[in-house]
Amino acid sequence: MHGTLELATQDGRTARDGAEASPLALRGMTVSYGDQPVVFSVDMTVQEGAMTAIIGPNGAGKSTLLKAALGIVTPLAGRATVYGQPLAQARDRIAYVPQRASVDWDFPTEVLDVVMMGLYRELGLLRRVRPRHVARAMECLARVGMQDFADRQIGQLSGGQQQRVFLARALAQGADLYLLDEPFAGVDAATEKAIIDVLKDLKSEGKTVVAVHHDLSTVQAYFDRVFLINRRRMGEGTVAQAFTAAALQATYGGRLAEGQIAQLALDA
Amino acid sequence: MLTDALLLNLGYNATLVTLGAAALGLAAGATGTFLFLRKRALVSDAISHATLPGLVLAFILMVSLGGDGRALAGLMLGAAASALVGLLAVSWLTRATRLAEDAAIGAVLSVFFGLGIVLLTVVQTMSAGRQAGLESFLLGSTAGMLFADAMLITLGGVAVLACALALRRPMLMVAFDPGYAETQGIAVARIDLAIMALVMAITVVGLKIVGLILIVALLIIPAVTARFWTDKADRVVLLAGAFGGLSGYVGAAVSATAPNLPTGPIVVLVSFALFALSLFCAPGRGVLASGLRHLALQRRVHLRQGLLSMAMGQPVYERLTCQMLRRRGWMRADGVATEAGRAEAAATLRDEARWQALRASTELSDLAVRDDGLTAVAEVLTADQIAQLDARLRGPREVGA
Repeated sequence: MHGTLELATQDGRTARDGAEASPLALRGMTVSYGDQPVVFSVDMTVQEGAMTAIIGPNGAGKSTLLKAALGIVTPLAGRATVYGQPLAQARDRIAYVPQRASVDWDFPTEVLDVVMMGLYRELGLLRRVRPRHVARAMECLARVGMQDFADRQIGQLSGGQQQRVFLARALAQGADLYLLDEPFAGVDAATEKAIIDVLKDLKSEGKTVVAVHHDLSTVQAYFDRVFLINRRRMGEGTVAQAFTAAALQATYGGRLAEGQIAQLALDA
Repeated sequence: MLTDALLLNLGYNATLVTLGAAALGLAAGATGTFLFLRKRALVSDAISHATLPGLVLAFILMVSLGGDGRALAGLMLGAAASALVGLLAVSWLTRATRLAEDAAIGAVLSVFFGLGIVLLTVVQTMSAGRQAGLESFLLGSTAGMLFADAMLITLGGVAVLACALALRRPMLMVAFDPGYAETQGIAVARIDLAIMALVMAITVVGLKIVGLILIVALLIIPAVTARFWTDKADRVVLLAGAFGGLSGYVGAAVSATAPNLPTGPIVVLVSFALFALSLFCAPGRGVLASGLRHLALQRRVHLRQGLLSMAMGQPVYERLTCQMLRRRGWMRADGVATEAGRAEAAATLRDEARWQALRASTELSDLAVRDDGLTAVAEVLTADQIAQLDARLRGPREVGA
């Protein structure tokens, strides 16, 4: 098993280096829905303490890569390590913020209950919820500016507020690595700012942030590093190194007009 | 007679049945909630219909081994085994083929039920089969229920309820957000299986009282009913248990008042009555309440628009608007604004202007999302902030003068 996976990697040499310490290292990750791979043999080494954007066109496998890294979908081949350990042993160090549209917001639950889900690994099946647990959940809500909404039914929230509640739930876990799936998709400006402030705080605390991101115009302002994907790994590095006109053209193909790339004013 | 039944005064057997039905309803309501919240309510229909072949085969087996074919424990075991096969068939069909779950449920349900009916006909021709009364498992019957049967049903219900409550956290997390649940180390596939297993256990336990055709009602209707009353999942579970228990209790008591009244249908009718009551009368999600809210909103919108028209000196023609303005003494019968009406209209216009100023202000523009056309600025801002806005509104004019 081990041997075949090593063979599947595209650049085995750099891949093996640094995988030990990396918050998230993917090797030869291949995922298929039905008969067609949507992610093919992708290697990724996330740098600790950095904010990384995963970018690529629609259907490029960005969300799928994240889900495979988290064990939500089972990869056809490849493996993920979190801080050098298999996923199952590192669950406490990793927090996930799914796409807002992935759940039914008419579900009978209130904002605080959603955030409390972030404490599941501490509470388990039967442990009693104590005031300190509630206090921690409230603290996380306050960090995203949602403390006044704790007892609202989640269906009454705006899209941006829902996104912030999901972020608060991830914060409640107290993890070291944060994986976010399109956290800025369809949110208002106030929410976008609130979220990016929290993410930058996390970074300053030495935490690692990886986000699937769709808005190329904010990549330089928000992120340190980029990971380009279009089914295959198309590039990885600091924003200055990897977020270049040539790399974007290669990743997006004809779908990204040259004018758009020029608008980003890249110093390529 | 009915009061006697409800007060458990109809004798030992009726009391036994009523208490058993209440325990079953309680467990079914609470357990069914998880299935309902997972949006897989129909699976319970496939499970219940799939019990029939196993039930009849268990009878045949027990008779051919020289035992009593009607031993409830043995029948339950057979029912559980074939329900499990049906459940596996549904999940295999959905996973291995591209068949949607509802199609798989339809196929499994009808095939298993058909097979069960054929086997039932075979049993009728056996010498021991004539008095078997296996048909009573279709719609439930409490005639001649033994103490041991009632105990089995009650204890089974309590055991299932205990398991459901113990697993409530992971089950609710999987129902709300399975992807996130997986990242918390919850094995989603296993929790789904647990939900199904609990539903299967309820079905088997409830066969005797409610019958396999109608047990689905006892699993789903209480949850749907409870949903009208609360927005918290924990409370939906508790309320559904309460509604289910009440339906079981009242239904069984009513069916005990006359011979040959089938228990299952009456239990279902009672739970439907609770559902209908909730559908119309529940605050919040009930039909009446939301209709009234809609009317109130409509009136507020008309009033506000009418006042704004008045403030701009435009005539108001709309019937409802005129009626409301007149009733408040803000408009005369001939359509002319009164003194009070002009004051109110001016206040409304000032509120609109404040909202506009708020949108233009750098510090307060985040609050612009609260502007829905009806909310007054005073509900969103403090007096100081409003004074600030007013200063801004006056500002340019003073400079101009």
